[in-house]
Amino acid sequence: MNIDVTAMPATIDLLHVSLVTMTLIFFILFLIKSKRKIPDATEISESPAVAEPLAEPLAEPLAEPLAEHVTEPLTTSQLKKTSPDSALQLLALLQQEARFIDFIQEDLLDYSDADIGAAARVVHEGGQKVLKEYFSLAAVREEQEESRISLPDGFDATAIRLTGNVIGQAPYTGTLVHRGWKATEVKLPKLVEGHDVSIIAPAEVGL
Amino acid sequence: MSNVENNHTARYAVGIDLGTTHCVLSYVELHSDQDPAPHHVMPIPQLTSPGSVKDKMQLPSFIYQAHAAELAEGDTTLPWNIKPDTIVGSMARELGSKTPIRLVSSAKSWLCHGGVDRHQAFLPLNSPEEVTKVSPIEATYQYLMHMRSAWDFRFPDTALVDQDVTITVPASFDPSARDLTTEAAQRAGFKNLTLLEEPQSAVYSWLESSNDSWRNQVNVGDIILVIDIGGGTTDLSLVAVTEDDGNLSLNRVAVGDHILLGGDNMDLALAYQVKTKLAQEGKTLAPWQILAITHSCRDAKEILLTDPEIHSVPIVIPGRGAKLLGATLRSELTKQEVMASLVDGFFPEVGIHDHPVHQARGALKQMGLPYAQDVAICRHLAAFLCRQQAAANELLGQNNTGEFIQPTAILFNGGVLKAPVLSERIMSVINRWLSDVGAEQAKLLAGADLDLAVAKGAAYYGSVRKGKGVRIRGGIASAYYVGIESAMPAIPGMNPPVEALCVAPFGMEEGSIAEGSGQEFGLIVGEPVSFRFFVSTTRRDDKAGTLLDYWEPVELEELAEIQANLPVEGRKAGEIVPVQLASRVTEVGTLCLEAIPSDGSAKWQVEFDVRAS
Repeated sequence: MNIDVTAMPATIDLLHVSLVTMTLIFFILFLIKSKRKIPDATEISESPAVAEPLAEPLAEPLAEPLAEHVTEPLTTSQLKKTSPDSALQLLALLQQEARFIDFIQEDLLDYSDADIGAAARVVHEGGQKVLKEYFSLAAVREEQEESRISLPDGFDATAIRLTGNVIGQAPYTGTLVHRGWKATEVKLPKLVEGHDVSIIAPAEVGL
Repeated sequence: MSNVENNHTARYAVGIDLGTTHCVLSYVELHSDQDPAPHHVMPIPQLTSPGSVKDKMQLPSFIYQAHAAELAEGDTTLPWNIKPDTIVGSMARELGSKTPIRLVSSAKSWLCHGGVDRHQAFLPLNSPEEVTKVSPIEATYQYLMHMRSAWDFRFPDTALVDQDVTITVPASFDPSARDLTTEAAQRAGFKNLTLLEEPQSAVYSWLESSNDSWRNQVNVGDIILVIDIGGGTTDLSLVAVTEDDGNLSLNRVAVGDHILLGGDNMDLALAYQVKTKLAQEGKTLAPWQILAITHSCRDAKEILLTDPEIHSVPIVIPGRGAKLLGATLRSELTKQEVMASLVDGFFPEVGIHDHPVHQARGALKQMGLPYAQDVAICRHLAAFLCRQQAAANELLGQNNTGEFIQPTAILFNGGVLKAPVLSERIMSVINRWLSDVGAEQAKLLAGADLDLAVAKGAAYYGSVRKGKGVRIRGGIASAYYVGIESAMPAIPGMNPPVEALCVAPFGMEEGSIAEGSGQEFGLIVGEPVSFRFFVSTTRRDDKAGTLLDYWEPVELEELAEIQANLPVEGRKAGEIVPVQLASRVTEVGTLCLEAIPSDGSAKWQVEFDVRAS
């Protein structure tokens, strides 16, 4: 698992914003696969299911494995393959409500910012509707960003990532850089057995 | 049909808000340890897109009659049915937005449209012949069946048909519309059924949520005006507060006309405004784009009406194809426009004498729903208050000689009124009417759940019927009359004048009977005989048997005609049998008219919904 975090984009443009959106979506999918219903952060810390190392959908560097899991013998069979069904279902919902795929597949170079702005509203409005309707999201930490917080021993390393001068013993005191997001509930529609999820949007023929 | 039997098996009181655009099912446990028993709104699983099922709190009241080639095998599977015959709910509405010729909508408004045969399958209206048609009753039945299946799937041990079910209907529903709703519910298997008027249900919900503190909010002599603005209809009722053995008691004293005017009209008004703006820029819109704008306008309306900081909301309409950029139309809706068209258009500051032009319901013979012509809800409100000027006089021992009845408290219901600008406008208009005549200001009753009150109140009513809590008294909110052609020498070119015989007096309560109007009719055995049928919401003092030879045009309104059909059984065909008309209010809450031969030998039901022959 080697990801070059130094390869950051020099400028932030719409394409990268879109990539980040994709990243977020895959992260959400990862959460769905891990656990259908995740009540709150404290429970996350006790849930071994979430702590399972899971590679592909995460484009960000993973946290160091939890201390209690290091003592357990790791076997390669712990990597599980994610089913594409929920991923395709979410893409279908985003396409349906937010024209997500239409938007990402366009070449932005040919258009003015006004055109892109108008389309971005469609994507944003629809995307927000999808997030609201199918997920309950909450911040991992409720404190103000840029404020100092203290982490006790045994904090959940999946929910909280230490960066920078990571040395010493708990409790750790540091600045809350990003408050994080967690899905507290996932309410995706149930799929009928045998439904072809690979059709993200059917072709439409007007008669 | 009694709702008393089987009651011992009911575990839940269930309330069903059978709305024009959405249905909601709410329930409470009847013998709960907790007091008050907790309320639940049942999530209703429904198809949201082909092959996917989601729980939603509301079931959109739409049916889609899919073409055989339209959907793949398994696309319509529900948890309880692999291949349902009809598609109900969210997906029906979605598919129908692009193929309206296959969409059944507004079945409820058709149920109370006397100008059509409501047993006849004619919906979707004006669609090609090959599209399967359903009757308004069949559509209502389908919505109820979907909720029944959803319930039985969730609670397999306590079938919905065995629970105490209360279905809400608009207060302005006439006897035939109530009958037809009952018919649909009985076809769906409901055994312990009661009908409840929607504004009353909202009051019950307010009583329950205020948790006994309602007694501090109202006093003896108060008149509560309930204003219920739904997606498709506006419903008005007046409830008077009296004292009974030292306890406060509530009486529903008047209900308004059936006004087909609601939140959907407002969204549409905004959409056409945006369309006009785009047209000025030289951009024309296809019908499907109007629909897309309507959806965006609904969201924009909510933002602009609730957030004082925001002054304009962009409206974007994406193109149909995969190409999004360059094909997206953009316009915007400003706060000023919304205020002008909604606040001043639908809720103008009018005087108490400013009424909508009266439209007689019976006069509408063409196929099409009798939508309100005047969108100014305040004018409808003014007309209602003036017409019901004397509604509470007798009950409250008052002598209101003013020109309109003066409400002292207002209770709102319906999502539209969540916007503070709109509710404040209504309050200010009413309060200005009151201050103009030197009356005290009306207060707004707090604690109403504008979206779910009707369903919740209906479930609560189930436990009220078991003797818990205050019950609103009311009975039927109208008096009913049959028309009799008076016997007088024929004058060429002039129709014989019609007299009106009161067959059901105002305020008849559930389970009561009004017998022997005195007037006999000669009915021919084996042939249907039809009567003209009239209703009055203001003549409170007519007894059964009162014969009117003169009335003000606004007092009586003609409904669709009614019919009695005497079977030949035991008599000679063609024989004329003298009968009297008697009326009865059933336990379910419907009015029942009977023709009783003068020798008392039998009873024949008089049909409200005359079927086309």
